[in-house]
Parts: sequence; structure tokens; C-alpha cells
Amino acid sequence: MNDQLITQDGWLLPVVSEDSVAFWEGTRAHKLLIQTCANCEAMRFPPRPMCPKCRSLDCKWVESCGTGTIWSFVIAHPPLLDAYAKVSPYNVIVVALDDDRLIRLVGNLVDSPGATLGSLSPGKVEIGARVKVSFDRLNDEFTLPRWTLI
Amino acid sequence: MSSQVSIQDRCAIVGIAETKFAKNLEGSEKKLAVQVIRDALEDAGIDPSEVDGLSSYTMETTAEVEIAKNLGMGDISFFSQIAYGGGGGCATIGHLAMAIATGQANVGVAWRSRKRGSGPRPWSAANVGLPTPLEWTRPFGLLRPADEIGILTRRYMYEFGATRDHLANVALACRKHANMNPRAMMYERTMTRDDYMNSRWISEPLCLFDNCLETDGALAAVIVSSERAKDCKNPPVFIHSFGQGFRKESHTMVNYWCEDPMMGPAFACANQLWKNSEIQPDDIDVAQIYDAFTTLIPLSLEGYGFCKKGEGASFTENGAIELGGRLPINTSGGGLSEAYVHGFNLINEGVRQMRGTSTAQVPQAKSCLVTSGEGVPTSAVVFRRD
Ligand SMILES: [Zn+2]
Repeated sequence: MNDQLITQDGWLLPVVSEDSVAFWEGTRAHKLLIQTCANCEAMRFPPRPMCPKCRSLDCKWVESCGTGTIWSFVIAHPPLLDAYAKVSPYNVIVVALDDDRLIRLVGNLVDSPGATLGSLSPGKVEIGARVKVSFDRLNDEFTLPRWTLI
Repeated sequence: MSSQVSIQDRCAIVGIAETKFAKNLEGSEKKLAVQVIRDALEDAGIDPSEVDGLSSYTMETTAEVEIAKNLGMGDISFFSQIAYGGGGGCATIGHLAMAIATGQANVGVAWRSRKRGSGPRPWSAANVGLPTPLEWTRPFGLLRPADEIGILTRRYMYEFGATRDHLANVALACRKHANMNPRAMMYERTMTRDDYMNSRWISEPLCLFDNCLETDGALAAVIVSSERAKDCKNPPVFIHSFGQGFRKESHTMVNYWCEDPMMGPAFACANQLWKNSEIQPDDIDVAQIYDAFTTLIPLSLEGYGFCKKGEGASFTENGAIELGGRLPINTSGGGLSEAYVHGFNLINEGVRQMRGTSTAQVPQAKSCLVTSGEGVPTSAVVFRRD
């Protein structure tokens, strides 16, 4: 568990648990890994110790195809934490992965791979848009998955 | 006769009280809590020394032992705290009813005291203690409850053709009722549809007026057996039915990781609530529906069975949720326009409707549904009167 929750620039960092270490190791290597049951092959998210379908405790981490569809989104306006207020209004999207439409990741649509929060004009986001994953390095430890239009 | 114990009409609310509601009240949450519990017992005509059951929210800052020693209560035989923020409101009433109906307590007090108006916004702490899977949302800027519900709102609009006009129907109904209620924070502030449409964005598609108020305030309710209620000062408001629930693969506020996020905890809670109720949705005269955000009203109308899935938005048309309509809701102004105290004001307003003393009284109302926070593991009660 990391207790340091915020970067010097004011961005919130993931609070990693035993269940999610592999996910964040994956993004650091520019891979989107989804927890998958080693017994029945069901993907699950958020990560947890047990498969709710077959109750197996054995899991593996499978690389996602990295594409999906925007399921929903908001455009956030202040009041916000300072770092986020500075780049507002920004989008937050929920992406339904092509691997399994019930795996939905919260993220951000950005204007190009590697770009950060708030880089895209808010008018360009819509439900149903096709997106692919890219990676945005926050610091040595954390890289966040972000998304660009296909 | 089945051996199953039912709580149906076995207990009643006989006392209620509340502080003023304001952006900034003097005194600690503890001081407001003990004062309002004293007043609720006074309303019931019951001496504090008789209280032996206590229930509140896990987010409540004043422990039961503090309440009991301030009020000079005797031995306490039942106490419980309900988790999940605003989802726990009606469960405080339900747990006490179960305790009293099964002989675990005789006089129960439920309460909530919160200085949310003058205190910090919970989301503004970098590390918040809510049981949300924060790791998957907050680093991406999904920071506030309004953002979390905004995501569900946008999807709801997309799937069912709901519009901002429908959300405005909710905001305007609550405001209209608050304008009749001198205790409401928005008593003197009218709102037009233009005011709503022109207000600033918080998290598109949600604007300022889709969000509840920020309030300092405290409320309490006193519960006893229906037998005992006959001797109290006020006419009894019977707890007819109680439900608690959350659905398969539920999360708190961010129910994006389940089969159908458009079916929230209300659907699970409603199954339990109506199963043991002789009063069904069509029979309900008035409802107090948890409204931290306008979106929660159409979602709850569907969850509690007042209309089919996807029809909650159109249900709000033509004044249906205003006084005189098919199902008047939030007759004191609700969280949107009276006060936001984790929904406890909805419980007290439900009691007033059954006593016939609401400032927006539904004539001859004999049953009232009260619901707690939708989007989190939740609870609900049906009140009735003779
Ligand atoms: Zn499995």
C-alpha cells in the first residue's frame, strides 16, 4: 500500500492494494492487463481475490486488445482540486472494453497518445465513439492509461 | 400463522425534531445531536431515561456513549450504525423497529447531525475514507459525487431519451415545495426553468441545481411499539414495511462494473420492501425520495416500481411529482431545496405527512414511502397512519 496519494503537481495517485499491483505494473510497461480467472477464464474488474463466477482464487493477468467504446462521460467543471481545476473543463470517460463489454474502465480521452488530462476539446467526446488505449507517465511508479479516438 | 416474525405495523414513530437548517450553525455536531434528541423525546412525551435503543450512520461523529451520557439515558440494550452514507437513513428506523418488535429494546432513537454546510467537502481530502474503489476513478479526475453520478446520468439520458428538462422537473418540484416550507433553506428563493437552464455546470450533464444543498443541521426520531404509541402525545406513524439492499456486483456511487448500471440498489431494496407490505406502489399517496442529485429521482421511481425501467424521466412530466400530481415527492423541499442532512429530513417530512402537518400537505394522505441514498447500498420505509 502506498500512502503517498498525490504528486508534487497535485495529481491524485492510485492507492494500490495487493489485488491491483499487477495492473499498475502493467501500465508502467505500457500494457493494459485485466485480471482473469485461471479456472474459468472470466475477466473481472475491479481486481479482487476471488472469481465471483467459480470462486477460484487463482488468477492470471491477460493483456487487453486495448480498444473499446465510450460508454458514458462527464465534463468536469470547478470546484475541483487545484491541479484538476487548472486543466478544467476536462472529460472523464468510461470505456467498455472490446475484450468484454462488462469490463468498463474510467479514464480520459486525450488528443494524442501520451497527452494528458484536459488536452482534448470537450466537444469531441460522445457515447459510442471508438477509442484505443495510450499511456501517460505520471512519475517513476505510476503510468495511467488514457484513450484516443480511433 | 407462519412462525416468521414480521415488523409490519408493530412499531411507530412518536416523536421528531430538527434544528434550524443553515449554511453555518453554532455549536458542534455533538451539541446539535444531543439537543435534537432531547427535543424529539419531548415531542414524544418520553423521558430520556427510558431510551434503550440507538441507531445512526457510521459517518455520524458522535458515538452512542456520548449521546447516552449527555441525555442521562439508562442502560442501552440495542445500538447499531448503518454504513454507506446517505444509504443508511431509513435503515436507522428499520433496525430500531426490528429491535423493538423482537424485544431487544423498548424506546429507540435514530438521529443524524452533520455540519456539511460549514465543514469541508468530503471529496476535497486527497484520501477520503468512503468505501469507493477510488483507485480506479479519482486519479482520472472523477473526484466528486457529482462526477460519479454525472456518468450514470449521461448514460441514462442516452439509453432512455431523458433530457435536462426532466432533471429540471425534479429541481423545480423540490423548490416549489421548499417555497411553502419556512424551515427550508430555499424558502424565499424561487426558481424558474430558465434559472435552471442557465445555472453553471458542475459536471456536465449536471448543473448547480442538480446538486443538493450544503447544510448544517441535525434531526432525530423516536420509535416505540405500536402498543406503547397509544399513550404518546402525537398520533402514531406506523412503520409498515422496511427494506435494505444492494444488487449483485454493487459498488458505491460508481456502479459501472455490473451487468446493468441503470438498475441500482433501489431495485434490490424495493423487492424486500414491497414483499412484506400490504401497501403497494399504486397505493402510495406521497413519497420522500432521496435527492442528493436530481437523477436519483427517475432512477428511484423505476427502482421502487412507480413506473417501468426507462420511464422515470417521463414520469416527472406534467407536474406529476408536485403537490396535486400523481405522486407528490419531497414535500418539504428535499435535499435539493430544504436541507441536505443525509436524507434524515425526508424521514421527518414523511412523519409530518402522516400527522397531517406538512407545509405542503397531501390531503388525506394515508401512506408515505421514504427512501435513502440511491447509488449506494440503501434502505427504505413505508409509513402509514390509521
Ligand atoms: Zn472463475
